[in-house]
Amino acid sequence: MNMRAELRNPATIFALLVMALFATGPFLMPALDEPFYVIVFARIMVWGIAAISLNLIMGYGGMISFGHAVYLGIGGYTVGILAFHGVTDGWTQLAVAVFGSAFIAFVFGAISLRTRGVYFIMITLALAQMIFFLSVSAERYGSDDGLNILSRSDFGVGFFDLEDQMTMYYTIFAVLLLALLVSWRIVGSRFGNVIRAAKSNETRVQAVGVATYRYRLTAFVIAGVMCGIAGLLQANLERFVSPDMMSWPRSGELIFMVVLGGMSTIFGPVTGAFVYLMVSDFLAEWTIHWHIVFGPLLVLVVLFARGGIAGLLDRKPARE
Amino acid sequence: MSDAAATSPALEARSLVKTFGGLTATDNLSLEVAPGEIHAVIGPNGAGKTTLVNILSGLMKPDGGAMLFRGRDITRLSAPARVKAGLARSFQITSIFRDFTVLENVMLPVQAKQGHSYRFWGRTDRDARLTGPAQDLLERVGLGERANVRAGDLAYGEQRQLEIAIALATEPSFLLLDEPMAGMGPEESQGMIAFLKALKGDYTMLLVEHDMDAVFALADRITVLVYGRVIATGAPDAIRNDPDVRAAYLGDDAGDGEAGADTGGEAA
Repeated sequence: MNMRAELRNPATIFALLVMALFATGPFLMPALDEPFYVIVFARIMVWGIAAISLNLIMGYGGMISFGHAVYLGIGGYTVGILAFHGVTDGWTQLAVAVFGSAFIAFVFGAISLRTRGVYFIMITLALAQMIFFLSVSAERYGSDDGLNILSRSDFGVGFFDLEDQMTMYYTIFAVLLLALLVSWRIVGSRFGNVIRAAKSNETRVQAVGVATYRYRLTAFVIAGVMCGIAGLLQANLERFVSPDMMSWPRSGELIFMVVLGGMSTIFGPVTGAFVYLMVSDFLAEWTIHWHIVFGPLLVLVVLFARGGIAGLLDRKPARE
Repeated sequence: MSDAAATSPALEARSLVKTFGGLTATDNLSLEVAPGEIHAVIGPNGAGKTTLVNILSGLMKPDGGAMLFRGRDITRLSAPARVKAGLARSFQITSIFRDFTVLENVMLPVQAKQGHSYRFWGRTDRDARLTGPAQDLLERVGLGERANVRAGDLAYGEQRQLEIAIALATEPSFLLLDEPMAGMGPEESQGMIAFLKALKGDYTMLLVEHDMDAVFALADRITVLVYGRVIATGAPDAIRNDPDVRAAYLGDDAGDGEAGADTGGEAA
């Protein structure tokens, strides 16, 4: 992973522009008379965090999980269910979300990482569907209709109150920065070397003395936890959770955001989330039949822009 | 075999069996490799040479039999555990990390040797404990100048060198070499022979090879496989004159055999 080379290419410049837009959004957008976009940006950033976590295992590790949105659900329902029972303490919620998604990722990873290729994709999907149907059948917590969250996570720090929309926004922004930093450092670390090497040539990694399974499982758990935290943020932002947030189309969208932005690039998932959600928003405003336009657009990107936005802006193919 | 009995073998295979469906790729195969020797395994295509290397390196489980490495039973040991014990291998079909730089290719085995890789934060490109030994090794194998080139962009001969360098970076005592000259031209092959000769003495080697020049130039002893069975084991001269071997194998490409005989004479 060469950070310096990445900083020079147009895809990174685009990504930095997007990040600048996020950073200034709450001031810039109202000034441009488009205050609605502040909440849109907040949503995109949460998706960006989730996509970054998926990129860790899918882009860098070659583990195409088709059930990654389940961790959004775990993190989200942690907030929803605990708040429903009157536990609004943010630290408790965070701890449960982290350990909950770590546990689920460990179990799901332990099962699915024994398979490869299409079987891996199908098993991650099937396992995620289990949790999805569990949430659908949880009548107490609203089943299909979901669950309203009356009070956001309370971290008990005076100046840090998520009920304040500005604080909520910049908390998400800070977590996004943290997720970018974490993914950058992990990818360039010894652990990251093993994960990236195992993607391209797992047999060889074993033949130099590394038991790959445990490392891949660890990566799976890290990605699950990161996505669980995105789920916690999403629940707080929307003040609402429902089974839909972990349905399989959401997992598919996450995959698409990563592919669109450029797999195995640090900023790719963020630009992918940005372009995906902005374009679908724009098309939805333009016509109610926006899926008819959006579908073929996605197909074109996959067909002609391999390497996603990063590949499109940077002519030489993305490494790794 | 009386000399092998005196010192205990570095690697010993006992009655290994491996079948794929109806095909017996390894048929009750036993062999011993003495410490310090280069032991060549030859045989016609489909003799089960690569299968043997896969079994010995732990990438494939045998259906029967046992393996001992420096007296220790390694039959149930995983591939990574065998590498840690000092048994490294190279691949017939070049198996490098094509999108990594040459240096990064060698850094991975170096970091594996230094213990676990559960280090999530430190940047490996600035870690002298990794780059130092990796660069040293590249200098040793003559790839020092190419350290920052993408491995996939190397010339074929260089990729073959890197293939061996990756194995060496695990600091093994024993090398399982699966056709190191595969796909090489005569000149490149000569270079590889010289390179392996230089390694002799530092490593015990089991050399699976098609190139007869290389085998007779390098091997202390030769085992001949046909249909997964050992039909002969012995010194190069004995193998060259063995009627069974001539019938089963050397007869196929007598020209190579003759050329090999000359080179073999020089080596001895």
